[in-house]
Amino acid sequence: MLLKIKNLHASINGKEILKGVNLEVNKGEVHAIMGPNGTGKSTLASVIAGREVFEVTKGEVLYKGKNLLDIPVEARACEGIFLGFQYPVEIPGVSMTNFMRTAVNEQRKYHGLDPIPSGEFLRLMEEKKKMVEITAKLTNRSVNEGFSGGEKKKNEIFQMAMLNPTLSVLDETDSGLDIDALRIVANGVNKLRSKENATIVITHYQRLLDYIVPDFVHVLFEGRIVKSGGKELALELESKGYEWIKDGIS
Amino acid sequence: MKNNLNSFPLSDKFIHDFGVYQADIKRYDNEKIALCRDQAFEHFLKIGLPTRNLEDWKNTDLSEVYNESYNHFYHEFEKVEDIDKVFQCNVPHLNTIMLAMLNGRYVSKDEQLKVLPNGVIYGSFEAALQQYPDLVAKHYAKYADYTKNGFTAINTAMAQDGFFIYVPDGIEVKKPVQIVNVIHHEHNICIQTRNLIVLGKNAKLTLIHCDDSYNHQKSLSNTISEIVLGENASLDHYKMQNVNNDSTLINFAYFHMDANARLCSNGLSLNGGILKNNNYVKMNGEGSECNIYGLYLMDRKQHIDNLVYVEHLKPHCTSNELFKGIIDDSASAVFNGHVIVSKDAQKTNAFQSNKNILLTDKAKVNTKPFLEIYADDVKCSHGATVGQLDTEAMFYIRSRGISEHNAQMLLMYAFADEVIQKISIEALKHRLEDMVKKRLRGELSVCEQCVLHCSNPEKEYSFEIDLTKI
Repeated sequence: MLLKIKNLHASINGKEILKGVNLEVNKGEVHAIMGPNGTGKSTLASVIAGREVFEVTKGEVLYKGKNLLDIPVEARACEGIFLGFQYPVEIPGVSMTNFMRTAVNEQRKYHGLDPIPSGEFLRLMEEKKKMVEITAKLTNRSVNEGFSGGEKKKNEIFQMAMLNPTLSVLDETDSGLDIDALRIVANGVNKLRSKENATIVITHYQRLLDYIVPDFVHVLFEGRIVKSGGKELALELESKGYEWIKDGIS
Repeated sequence: MKNNLNSFPLSDKFIHDFGVYQADIKRYDNEKIALCRDQAFEHFLKIGLPTRNLEDWKNTDLSEVYNESYNHFYHEFEKVEDIDKVFQCNVPHLNTIMLAMLNGRYVSKDEQLKVLPNGVIYGSFEAALQQYPDLVAKHYAKYADYTKNGFTAINTAMAQDGFFIYVPDGIEVKKPVQIVNVIHHEHNICIQTRNLIVLGKNAKLTLIHCDDSYNHQKSLSNTISEIVLGENASLDHYKMQNVNNDSTLINFAYFHMDANARLCSNGLSLNGGILKNNNYVKMNGEGSECNIYGLYLMDRKQHIDNLVYVEHLKPHCTSNELFKGIIDDSASAVFNGHVIVSKDAQKTNAFQSNKNILLTDKAKVNTKPFLEIYADDVKCSHGATVGQLDTEAMFYIRSRGISEHNAQMLLMYAFADEVIQKISIEALKHRLEDMVKKRLRGELSVCEQCVLHCSNPEKEYSFEIDLTKI
């Protein structure tokens, strides 16, 4: 088992957001987590990635059998966890190339590898750029600065491709995308799917799941996963709305 | 004589030394300059050294400096054994005309003043006093108002040497002129340096001014530079400060700009105990433009105080200030930006920006961007920020596997980069990029790795892969 979340409770500023989440993800699987706004989807993603503002008050998260909550953000990334941000952060003055090179090399260092040779790095950049149809030169562009909404999301998938993670958590990667960008982003994710990795796709709408077909769909509601099923659950949700879930619980 | 305002060992020593040495100090003066010195001295007696009671000095405490006993106010020309070895700049591909100053004295292997076939004159200020008394007297103390502060007054009275550069009308000095100003003495010393730079009409000059210190003795440097830009003249002025933690640098640069002149000044303060930089810019002709930039990286107990005072006297001028600083440990920084737009200076553009990052709870910033506008058709803005490193950006960077320390480095470097990118000499820009990276990583040693090459040849760094090596 790649990821095992047991009775996870997490809060921010004393307010409990996650109230007992249970989730199991195996290699080779794609899980979709759906649910209405403010229900804890992004919090769950943040807790997996290690954002420190969230306090885990109860429960555990095991990743590759190890307690994930004990290790800092960057070590989680080096262990293969990738978070695709809902709102990618702009970092003026840090070029994409430098950012990616530093990230790739730090991850290599973590695994006892030498820094990537320059030529190889540039080839890798070009290859992955093509995959997500980024045509702009990234060398002189600061991270996400002046990127359009679609470019920012493509850039997240580009970074995912560069870092080749084992577990990707994509937080509302579809929000703010037009249909073309959505297709490109989804194609990127699909190309990266393998038997050796897993993806958790967090989304509000069923639309993305037409392109990234999940093995499992979970509904997160008021801090708990209240319903799980196959991909047909997403369609059912789409037609019946979240009210249907709320009614089912109450 | 009684100094009735404030009396400190330092001001007493100044007064005493002027009494004792004034004949020597004035030995090359013509009447005008000698008179000027006397008047400046009289003002010093009245106003004394600036204290925190004065608005421009209220956040910089110099009392320790004032109570320190410094030696060697006045000294004869010192022999330098091997000038080439002491003054050697190893910035790759930086090809400059190098002028060297040791403890406030101009040093050179050959003549003290050089006159080029195109009329350009450069070298020792004292030699210029002897050889071009009228030219010096025409400008001496014309821009540096000694009635306003004690440092300018006592410097005007006592300073003997410094560097002198004269660029005649229509001449462009192709190679940058680099002044390496080294403080290196066995005693705690105080030096007073006087610089004069005159650019004629349509003249063009690039000046790199480096302040370095060699040893770890305490020192005080009071430097006044008067810089005249004639009509349509252009000056790029870089000031590098990398001195030891016991050094106090008091700098006054007085820029006087005629119509359509262009000034770009970039102050890069990497190290020093107390740094007080005062830039006064008088925009005295229509259509002139000045860009004043500054970057300061302070830590431990270091202190920096940047003052920029820009006077817009004529219409259609633009001034632009950008100062950025990173303050660590219990260091402190002050920014005072004061722009005056006079009644006649319509169509003025004036912008001030000061941004600071504080890395600790004890680091401190006082910033005051200030506009004083008497014209009604102007575009002016000012702003200041003081903050910490962006936590969202930190999380984003770390989430890609980059350690907290290196994420901080990336963000700090990115913050500083905006000012470094303003450097238009590529070789210098690359060196500064390197130095700033090292400074931020805490690897920059004042004595070994500065713009000035001391004894150990430094390895060259590849900038592309630099950050990944950290």
